[in-house]
Amino acid sequence: MNLLLNIAVDGIAYGMILFMIAVGLSVTMGLMRVVNLAHGGFALIGGALAHWLGAGLGLPFGLALLLAVAGTIVIAMPLERLVYRRIYGFGELQQVLATIGLTFLMIASVNLLLGSSLLAIPLPEALSRSVDLGFRQLTAHRAAVIAVGALVILGLWALLDRTRFGIRLRAAVDNRDTASALGIDTGRIYMLTFALGAGLAALGGILGAELLPIDAYYPLRYMVLFLIVVAIGGLGSILGSFVAALAIGLIETASRYLVPDMATITFFGIVILFLALRPRGLMGRA
Amino acid sequence: MQGLEVRGLSKRFGGLVVSENIDFDLPPGARKALIGPNGAGKSTFANLVTGILSPSGGTIRFDGQDVAGLNEAQRVKRGIAKTFQITTLFPRLTVRENLRLPVLEREGQGTRMFRRASGNAEIEAEVTALIDQFDLGPLADRPVLDLAYGQQRLVEMALSLALKPRLLILDEPAAGVPSSETHLIIEAIERLPDDLAVLVIEHDMDLVFRVARSIVVLVQGRILTEGTPEEIANNAQVRELYLGGAHG
Amino acid sequence: MAVRFLPPLLMLLAAVAAYFLFPYNLAFLTRIVIMVVLVLSLDLVLGFAGIATLGQAAMYGAGAYAAGLFAIHVWADPVAGLVAGALAGAVLAALSGAVLMRTQGLTLIMLTIAVAQICAEIANRARGVTGGADGLRGIRPGKVLGVWEFDFIGITGYWYALAVMLLVFAVLAILGRSPFGLSLRGIHESPARMEAIGVSVYRRRLAAYTLGGGIAGIAGALTAQITQLVSLETFSFSLSAEALIMLILGGTGRLYGAVLGTVIFMAVHHVAAANDPFNWLFVIGALVLAVVFFLPAGIAHLPTSLKRLSKGGRHAGS
Ligand SMILES: Nc1ncnc2c1ncn2[C@@H]1O[C@H](COP(=O)(O)OP(=O)(O)OP(=O)(O)O)[C@@H](O)[C@H]1O
Ligand SMILES: [Mg+2]
Repeated sequence: MNLLLNIAVDGIAYGMILFMIAVGLSVTMGLMRVVNLAHGGFALIGGALAHWLGAGLGLPFGLALLLAVAGTIVIAMPLERLVYRRIYGFGELQQVLATIGLTFLMIASVNLLLGSSLLAIPLPEALSRSVDLGFRQLTAHRAAVIAVGALVILGLWALLDRTRFGIRLRAAVDNRDTASALGIDTGRIYMLTFALGAGLAALGGILGAELLPIDAYYPLRYMVLFLIVVAIGGLGSILGSFVAALAIGLIETASRYLVPDMATITFFGIVILFLALRPRGLMGRA
Repeated sequence: MQGLEVRGLSKRFGGLVVSENIDFDLPPGARKALIGPNGAGKSTFANLVTGILSPSGGTIRFDGQDVAGLNEAQRVKRGIAKTFQITTLFPRLTVRENLRLPVLEREGQGTRMFRRASGNAEIEAEVTALIDQFDLGPLADRPVLDLAYGQQRLVEMALSLALKPRLLILDEPAAGVPSSETHLIIEAIERLPDDLAVLVIEHDMDLVFRVARSIVVLVQGRILTEGTPEEIANNAQVRELYLGGAHG
Repeated sequence: MAVRFLPPLLMLLAAVAAYFLFPYNLAFLTRIVIMVVLVLSLDLVLGFAGIATLGQAAMYGAGAYAAGLFAIHVWADPVAGLVAGALAGAVLAALSGAVLMRTQGLTLIMLTIAVAQICAEIANRARGVTGGADGLRGIRPGKVLGVWEFDFIGITGYWYALAVMLLVFAVLAILGRSPFGLSLRGIHESPARMEAIGVSVYRRRLAAYTLGGGIAGIAGALTAQITQLVSLETFSFSLSAEALIMLILGGTGRLYGAVLGTVIFMAVHHVAAANDPFNWLFVIGALVLAVVFFLPAGIAHLPTSLKRLSKGGRHAGS
């Protein structure tokens, strides 16, 4: 019983991290139809900035987090303009290549500036404390991760359901030709969506640094993990990514607790089986 | 019984009923046209018969055998072929290569690895005959993406005919072809083998009245009426339908 | 006719010239030749059949481990080892392809990467058999065809790898012009139309993927025999990605593009990189973006691109 609860808590926290990092990837892939392998790079950039601001300059965690997310967005916007916008119309293969190239450049840049070792992000006292849940000790950090993840999904829901931007975004995802024919400025929507996705990835990268440690090779190491969330959730579906991320978090955690020696293989086995049965994922559209 | 027999065929996309209880026969040698407004479900009907879509209900029999369990490729092997409303060719292959492919596959040679694709004299003769039949001779060695649209529509037909089908569905063969060139399409249809069962889906009424001996009118997934060209031309309901500007 | 034999002839000449020009770099030259075999396998899968994959290293690694284990436990004969490697690559491709070929786009790409990762994980766990992270050691291949012994300068290794590469090239050249090759190009151009002419696209793609896996397995087997060591790196994502980059750099679907791209890439790598892997990432990242934006069809298509450009054609860049 305790074991199950442990799996649930750790799995949900892990899932929230995956969700924050991958949701932007799913939405941009659904919206711009671009195969983007560089998305994990934004989590790396966020984490690297937070490391530099927190450990290097000694800023408090909260401030470092905010600035790092903002900094990632500032870097992502011109990238969208200069690189991504040009490859939207390209074939799948060209997109794969371009985004691999971009990933390599991100890795090399982080290495050049901060080196190739682990980039620790110091947590404040308040987040390192434990909270007693009765059946186990939960670090405040993990609780915060779950809370932030929940806020993000609520925030995204409100954004999509309640704002003009959200309505336009959904119209563009459903049918971008119609959307631009209706006078919606799809170029602006692309850029804002891209920036939002990059910012969320940075947030997830920073908050998840305990589970997915940050170093220069981060985007390659976890590329498959983030892509799995998108593939299982179904391209372009926020709810799909959320459900997929939680399920993946729980499954991975469970296999680490239950079959530690075969965790990776069990995990991949389940993922492949699922995709063999549902190649378009949970909420994928034809 | 020879030919196509469709009974009670229906198809829903979610809540949208696109085919409803369709009965339809097409014996060998038939020349039928299927007409109806945009979105009536004509292409859907063609896709159900060829196996691209699976029906929500009803039966499809061909030459007396139920083909429900067969996928598209298997139905092709039984002799059911169709052309695409939106030109679907192998754009960077030449006209000759485009036509060589279906002939090779029909002859079961498509998986041979250690002989030249162009090395079989009989197959090459057949490909050349097809090229001549559709007057594509001068273009034979050009990639089809270099061809004018009307000519691409001819290749579209030639590709399906290369399968030597016994039932051929032409989904808007003249769609997008400038009216100065539709006569090429009509002539090509008129030259199809006599024993082939042909179903033409088309908005161009000149073409329909030139080639069809019988016309089926489909409206909102249901068959409105069926008759000879004269009967259809004089049918009040049909005239009303086509006076609304749907005439293409 | 004569033009068709020009590329292979030039290739052979270049290989002989390289042998005499760089007698102290035979190990490097051999690596290039082996890499060409891997990239050729990718050209079959991706260039001909249009299957986007970032996991060709899975079959390469499987071939390497199979050939290594075969040499250690069964029979040291190199040619038999190649067959073992080819079989391992083909079987892995067939098994994984049975699922993978049902998917497309992002899911397909992701799964190809995942398969290679799973293989690496299995090889890592099965330490008793594979040596785990230390790599598989103790491979002592016998004489090639019972005549040529592997020497430590790498002379036999070079000619052996070259012979295998030319054989693979020739087989693929024949395959490319066969009905099967034509059908793969057809699938690449329009899967929907291929179904409509009665082809099971799934099965045909699976066949191509399996064949490509077999050839990648041969490349892996060559590495195992010539370097006498197999490491977990044979399954690495970087290897798959670099093979893809080499292919695109050279140009897909025409075989000698694979050769050209590999040679250029490896040469640049040799000059620019070897000592600092991170600065190398700057070079390769910029190179890839440059290819995508300025030379999307690859170097093998450069003459065509230039011709179009000089004619003022609109498609110069596409
Ligand atoms: N895959 C699908 N999913 C959902 N709806 C579909 C699908 N395919 C077709 N439809 C809908 O079914 C209806 C019939 O489409 P269909 O293409 O059969 O019409 P059609 O008679 O061929 O029209 P047209 O003359 O424009 O070619 C349309 O409303 C279309 O939007
Ligand atoms: Mg239609």
